[in-house]
Amino acid sequence: MSSNKKYWKSVEELNENSSIVETLRNNEFVEAIPTDEFLGDESTLAASSTTRRDFLKYVGFSTAAASLVACEGPVIKSIPYVVQPEQIIPGVADYYATSMFDGFDFANLLVKTREGRPIKIENNTLEGAQYAANARVHASILSLYDSMRLKEPKMQGKNASWSTVNTKVKESLAEAKAEGKQVVLLTNTLASPSTEKLVGEFIASNPTAKHVIYDAVSSSAALDAFQTAYGERGLVDYDFSKAETIVGIGADFLGDWQGGSYDSGYAKGRVPKNGKMSKHFQFESNMTLAGAAADKRVAMTVAQQKMALVHMYNVISGGNVAIALDKQFEAEVSKAAQQLKASGSKGLLVSGIEDKNAQLLVLAINSALNSEAFIGAGIRQIRKGSNEMMTQFLADLNAGAVHTVIISGVNPAYSLPNAKSFADGLKKAKLSVSVSLKEDETALASTIALGTTHYLESWNDLALVKGSYALTQPTINPLFKQTKQLQEILLEWTGNKTSYYDYLKSNSAMYTVGSSWNKVVHDGVIAGMGAQVTTASADFGSAASALSQSAAKVAMELVLYTKTGLGDGQQANNPWLQEFPDPITRVSWDNYLTISKADAESSQLGLVNYNVANGGLNGSYVTLTVDGMKLENVPVIIQPGQAVGTVGLAFGYGKKAALKEEMQVGVNAYGLYKNFNNVQSVTIEKTAGDHEFACVQLQKTLMGRGDIIKETTLEIFNTKDAKDWNLQPMVSLDHNPVKAVEVDLWTSFDSSVGHHFNLSVDLNACTGCGACVIACHAENNVPVVGKSEIRRSRDMHWLRIDRYYSSETTFEGDNKKKDDFDGLFGDKGSLGGFGEMEHASDNPQVAFQPVMCQHCNHAPCETVCPVAATSHSRQGQNHMAYNRCVGTRYCANNCPYKVRRFNWFLYNKNNEFDYHMNDDLGRMVLNPDVNVRSRGVMEKCSMCIQMTQSTILAAKREGRMIKDGEFQTACSAACSSGAMVFGDVNDKESKVAKLLEDDRMYHLLEHVGTKPNVQYHVKVRNT
Amino acid sequence: MKNVGNHNSISRIVLLSLAFMLTFTASSYSQDDAAAGKALFNANCAACHKLDAKMTGPALRNISERHSNDWLKSWVKNSQAMVKSGDAAAVKLFEENNKAIMPSYPQFSDADIDNILAYTSEPLPVATAPEVGAGSQAGASSDSGISNVVILGALALVMGILVIMLFLVSSVLNKIAKANGMEVLAKEKTLPIWKAYAKNQFLVLVTAIFLLLSGAWVVYGFLMQVGVDQDYAPLQPIHYSHKIHAGENGIDCKYCHSSARTSKHSGIPSLNVCMNCHKSVSEFSGDKDSTYVEYTKEFYTAEIQKLYDAVGWDKEKQMYTGKTKPVKWVRIHNLPDHVYFNHSQHVTVGGIECQKCHGPVEGYEIMKQFAPLTMGWCINCHRETNVKMEGNAYYENIHAELAKKYGKDKLTAAEMGGIECGKCHY
Repeated sequence: MSSNKKYWKSVEELNENSSIVETLRNNEFVEAIPTDEFLGDESTLAASSTTRRDFLKYVGFSTAAASLVACEGPVIKSIPYVVQPEQIIPGVADYYATSMFDGFDFANLLVKTREGRPIKIENNTLEGAQYAANARVHASILSLYDSMRLKEPKMQGKNASWSTVNTKVKESLAEAKAEGKQVVLLTNTLASPSTEKLVGEFIASNPTAKHVIYDAVSSSAALDAFQTAYGERGLVDYDFSKAETIVGIGADFLGDWQGGSYDSGYAKGRVPKNGKMSKHFQFESNMTLAGAAADKRVAMTVAQQKMALVHMYNVISGGNVAIALDKQFEAEVSKAAQQLKASGSKGLLVSGIEDKNAQLLVLAINSALNSEAFIGAGIRQIRKGSNEMMTQFLADLNAGAVHTVIISGVNPAYSLPNAKSFADGLKKAKLSVSVSLKEDETALASTIALGTTHYLESWNDLALVKGSYALTQPTINPLFKQTKQLQEILLEWTGNKTSYYDYLKSNSAMYTVGSSWNKVVHDGVIAGMGAQVTTASADFGSAASALSQSAAKVAMELVLYTKTGLGDGQQANNPWLQEFPDPITRVSWDNYLTISKADAESSQLGLVNYNVANGGLNGSYVTLTVDGMKLENVPVIIQPGQAVGTVGLAFGYGKKAALKEEMQVGVNAYGLYKNFNNVQSVTIEKTAGDHEFACVQLQKTLMGRGDIIKETTLEIFNTKDAKDWNLQPMVSLDHNPVKAVEVDLWTSFDSSVGHHFNLSVDLNACTGCGACVIACHAENNVPVVGKSEIRRSRDMHWLRIDRYYSSETTFEGDNKKKDDFDGLFGDKGSLGGFGEMEHASDNPQVAFQPVMCQHCNHAPCETVCPVAATSHSRQGQNHMAYNRCVGTRYCANNCPYKVRRFNWFLYNKNNEFDYHMNDDLGRMVLNPDVNVRSRGVMEKCSMCIQMTQSTILAAKREGRMIKDGEFQTACSAACSSGAMVFGDVNDKESKVAKLLEDDRMYHLLEHVGTKPNVQYHVKVRNT
Repeated sequence: MKNVGNHNSISRIVLLSLAFMLTFTASSYSQDDAAAGKALFNANCAACHKLDAKMTGPALRNISERHSNDWLKSWVKNSQAMVKSGDAAAVKLFEENNKAIMPSYPQFSDADIDNILAYTSEPLPVATAPEVGAGSQAGASSDSGISNVVILGALALVMGILVIMLFLVSSVLNKIAKANGMEVLAKEKTLPIWKAYAKNQFLVLVTAIFLLLSGAWVVYGFLMQVGVDQDYAPLQPIHYSHKIHAGENGIDCKYCHSSARTSKHSGIPSLNVCMNCHKSVSEFSGDKDSTYVEYTKEFYTAEIQKLYDAVGWDKEKQMYTGKTKPVKWVRIHNLPDHVYFNHSQHVTVGGIECQKCHGPVEGYEIMKQFAPLTMGWCINCHRETNVKMEGNAYYENIHAELAKKYGKDKLTAAEMGGIECGKCHY
């Protein structure tokens, strides 16, 4: 039955005479659609030759035409060489040995080139090649293809020819010479015998000239101390592998302390062998890589670190200097001092305190110990800068006493605390010339800006360590014809007509005795080393008392440091490095103030970090003030392990010039680098607003899930059976407990024939340096997605390095706490308990865990793919056929390790993602043997199948067996600490097959039964 | 056609006899001497000399008119000694030819040299032959074309006439019938066939199913050939005949495509490889009657000239000008980017003949894509082809284990794991 009920929408309808109701009833739209505005303009409509019907015809035709054309393949042209160079075979990679030093990073390298273009950096493993590439050096290949490079000479901002520029500079030099005015050549540390000789010749021909060496991040204190003790400027090339007790005081020697590159030596002593491993104490303020690796880490202010150092001196050298060490640290410091003393020549102490007295004490202590890691070590020449000379130069410049300034390899207009006054001072000079890769701040402030060549386009020689000799050779012709390397320019200005290649070659004769030029070019290095560190002698006693007195307590210490990603900031326009998540904070695309929880939550500040709904991390802003210099809108990260009373801030960010817009991130910490001192007294003020971070890891702690990172102590490791510390997950089968790995739902793949690849990751040796992440980027054409995508957890890294903090002081404490949970509520209740475990301890233990596709033998991803795009191989690799993938993402959901990456967008040739894959130059870095994936496709680590396949093919072609060590992945080849080992477990003699049988071996999430082909090795701490 | 042919053959006879007479008047050498000389010339001199064109050395036709026989003999036996001795003519010759040193031939007897000189003194043959060849060939080919057309045309004509005749016969019969007063019976009205068909639902159903299936088959066939470029034979900037090079001259594929041995790419030869031979082969001298010649001699010679232009070779001066124009070849075999294919794996390791995938290239005047290059085609071969394992130390263990696993000695690529996705897609 129909109802007679009347419904109304408004009371107005009750009023029968309402005009509004009447209007609404008749008109669909309340307001008239403005058709007249459009159609009323008859003149325009009449003037148009296209009628509506015609328009539709055009649309229809073009759609049809486009779809028809799409069916036809494009005509592809192939252009062979006219005369093919002998050494290039298209499709076959060539390798060139070279060495690099850019004033900050240094390494002995092999550069892989394809069809004449360098595409990847690898480590030179010949004898004599001492330094492996870090993340930044691996990424430097992309900086070669930086589209923002300075391509031709510029004079006052306008393009000029080299001849004009040369005439102008020569005139200016002649004028300075005639008038007796000062000429300054300001460079980074050169560490190059031939360049230094050339600079000497330049100064000889311009007697008023002065060479000022400037390191953006100064190591002047250590250099000054070394000079006092040995009479020359240098740094000790400590051999950490010989140390059994290591004490680090404010020295991030696994990071960039005194140049870094100590990690391979350090890692050697960290893997337990015959029941022994080194013991590492770390006293520091910021949480660093070295602190993360330490057995015992104590967070303390720099002032307290100075006291600790003096205490060590007292204990070891028998001094008696009064100290004021806080009670809470006494026990730990004494313990470390005693142990160091007991170790004798097997002990080593290093310190990063930027104070000449502190650095003298380091020399004194190591000499007193007769430390093997110190006595006989090489002398590093990679830092030479002198704060004193630089300060003098700046004073001269501002006083107008400098006639001509030539700047090369440094960017003081960015990296000086008073950058603006430097830029102004530069205008007072008659002529300022900047030789630079980019049109950076200094180049913009100079009269003349000259583009220089990248190290991959240059000839040079290097003596990174005194007495060593390495060559830098070009791997490609200069990309920009109008760029010249500094040496060529100096030769021109000194009126020398030889090319730098000839100059270098003739000069190298004295270093290549017993070898030949060709051999050194081929090898890149000469094995053997000259000068060695001896016992130091100086007035250490007064240095100790001076240090003890200088350690004034301040309210808040700002400790400036360099991040693993950007270092001193030279490569700020490198998207790989910008997107590289910091190993400690896991934040990319930013620098930030690290602050302890106690300080952040103090009543004056009230700083917070919180996650928003999409998982993004937000943090408060603060303003920092150092002696009147202000740095505004600095975002804050609350850092577990940060010493109370200190905050940390990284250099290298906040750059603006010659940077793509996306890379202009962070704040410039150089603004607070007063007197080149990395410790400053700072005041912090909270400012309004929240900063949006791009942090790739939401969970900070393991929550007591000890089966993800298995950890034990050396004592237990030595005294107990493997089953006690490398717990095997058990399940119940037919009501009997059996090992989880023995229960199987599936029939196994037969991997017994041919190769079966395994990758082993030793958590003891991994320092979290991130070289593997960047190497993977380069090898596998991994795209860069940008800050906002990273914030949405859409990072594309095939290999990530998870960092976990313990929520108790140790991971063991976490496990115990979890195991002791009893019921839901109460003191031991799991509800509140897990909540507590989400928070990292104030001074937590830290563990790194590189996670890539685990290449499960029973892969959960394979079974759920509706189109069989991911499948298994008998070589143990889990294959991914991109072209078959339809993007359902079931596989990613079903992956227990979360290692699959989805292409949410097209990341190449897309203006929305304006990184290297969006310009012709940047795309030259792509590996032609690996697909560039498109939108809507799932991708993941392939265990570098292109590399294993090419190794197999080479062996087949040469008709031989494959030796252990030939199989490599990008990450294992990049790992200089030996944490990653790759190989064939069917070759029973291989290293990786033996590691598989090792007691420490475990698989990630073993109880899931995925049977991965990636092994992890239990982390052992020497507590 | 025939007339033209006759005319040409008459003129040829006249010219040849004229030349024959000239030989006897201008030269004292015998035909036998010249034949022996030709053999010696081809074996020893042809690398640097031609009769009628400058190469590394000067053109040698009628050289004996330019120098005395004795001078020539001592030059051939040791040219450098003569240059060093300061013989004016020798020095001049040396300078004129970019100071290219002519090797000494002390092994030649005077008689040998005389024979060579006899050959070089032969008069220039009259160059009328190619036109005849081209003309007759064109005639021949069009002849066969015409004959087909003519037969078909004649048949069509006959059919047409038959149809018209039938029509006429019928109308005549009708007229006769009318004249005789006979009624032509009107046809009984039956159901038109299409209506009858439409009424039969079974037939309609069967037809619909048939049409749907065949439609689907056509659409499927169309879609499956999208992106498959079998028989793709684009025009190339230089007409390069594999038939002449690989077929007639028997040049090994891997002489030019050398990187097929070591690289993933077979490589398009760089132009310096062409010049290894074409430095001496500056014009097409193929035999006109041979089956491998499909174009005129001038056509081929012009194509060689294109190579010279590209590589910057001055034929007259016999030197490189340095002005190069890289050749933009049209790539024929285009695998998609998501496929990794390595030539050396198949050529060097597998020992597979190039022809297996590229077809009888030695018979191609114009290069084309022989295989479909589809995944099915690849996989099929991997399933059928036995891996060449013997004599390769790499395979020793693997072969033993696999042979045990599959219980046979010969193993296919698929059994080696050659059809796993990731082996080609990464």
